[in-house]
Amino acid sequence: MAKSKNRASTEVNAGSMADIAFLLLIFFLVTTTIANDKGIAMRLPPKPDPNQPPPEVSKNDRNIFKILANSQDRLLVEDEPWEDDPSLLKEEIKKFILNFGDPGPEGQDIYNSLPPQLKSYISINGRRPDSSQDPTEAVVSFKAQRGTSYKLYIETLDAINSAYNEVYGERVGITGEEFLALDKKDPVQKDLYTKARNGIPRAISIAEPDKGVQ
Amino acid sequence: MSKFRKKTDTSQDIPTAALPDIIFMLLFFFMVTTVLRETDIMVKQLLPKATQLTKIEKKSLVSYIYIGQPKNTASFGSEPRIQTNDVFIELKDVIQFVNTEKDKLDEVVKDKITMSMKVDEDTEMGIVSDVQQELRQANALKVLYSSRKVLLDN
Repeated sequence: MAKSKNRASTEVNAGSMADIAFLLLIFFLVTTTIANDKGIAMRLPPKPDPNQPPPEVSKNDRNIFKILANSQDRLLVEDEPWEDDPSLLKEEIKKFILNFGDPGPEGQDIYNSLPPQLKSYISINGRRPDSSQDPTEAVVSFKAQRGTSYKLYIETLDAINSAYNEVYGERVGITGEEFLALDKKDPVQKDLYTKARNGIPRAISIAEPDKGVQ
Repeated sequence: MSKFRKKTDTSQDIPTAALPDIIFMLLFFFMVTTVLRETDIMVKQLLPKATQLTKIEKKSLVSYIYIGQPKNTASFGSEPRIQTNDVFIELKDVIQFVNTEKDKLDEVVKDKITMSMKVDEDTEMGIVSDVQQELRQANALKVLYSSRKVLLDN
């Protein structure tokens, strides 16, 4: 009799293990988020109105930072061939945006609102007569030919964007990376974002490539 | 009668100890075989690297356009092609594609549609800018150039 009692108690009820496994399965199913894809966000210009003539380009030449990419994947920056890595364009563009060569009233306001580090950056690198007047006027123009590789296009666009993000970030005392990571749903971070963006437009002009020649 | 009696005396429990193992096996099977993508991509997709990446804020507003050389060059040729959903489309059909995608969205958010361009890095700019011109015509102005993150220590 004692023997049979022992035998009954040795078996562990493992039936609920399946439920535990199911619970785990469902938990992971729910919590797994599929890797979000990331990329460089851009806004295309609106479609041209056929009734309106194309707008005249009235910008002063000094306010346009010209980048050209040809079908051999060579860059022409401000009419000089660019032999370095495209990512090094960032510094040049940053200097161009923050040149303050001849600021207008709005540009002066922006200059006054800048933190001391950026002001000293400007007094070292800026104020050149051949570069932009102030950030409100500055435009970075990028033109790629049909034969340019997409890789170079993205690298250059990335350099331009990183220059702008760094300017925005440093304006509120954070790095470009941190600026990019700001969450616009959080009111505090949104404030910081609008403060950084205020007055300095992200003026990137992507010119249409030449038609015909392919 | 006595024969039947004997049978009912045996234990009626089914051994369930192996059940969790079966469930785990199922779990692993699905984990391995699941592909987290609803479309079959028929073009080469080596995305370019970039540093200044932004996340997509609303996934429901995003439509994907894949551009690159077809993987099956024997039947589709080696010229870069445009793929949306599961089919190759011609350049002139891009507007129609955008409009069908827009129709799936609410009236309020129609103009906020984001086109995620997944372009192979070896593609030439010609086809990319052609697609962009079509997107402008279709009034889908938000574009995301999908790219990979550069590791900082290189």
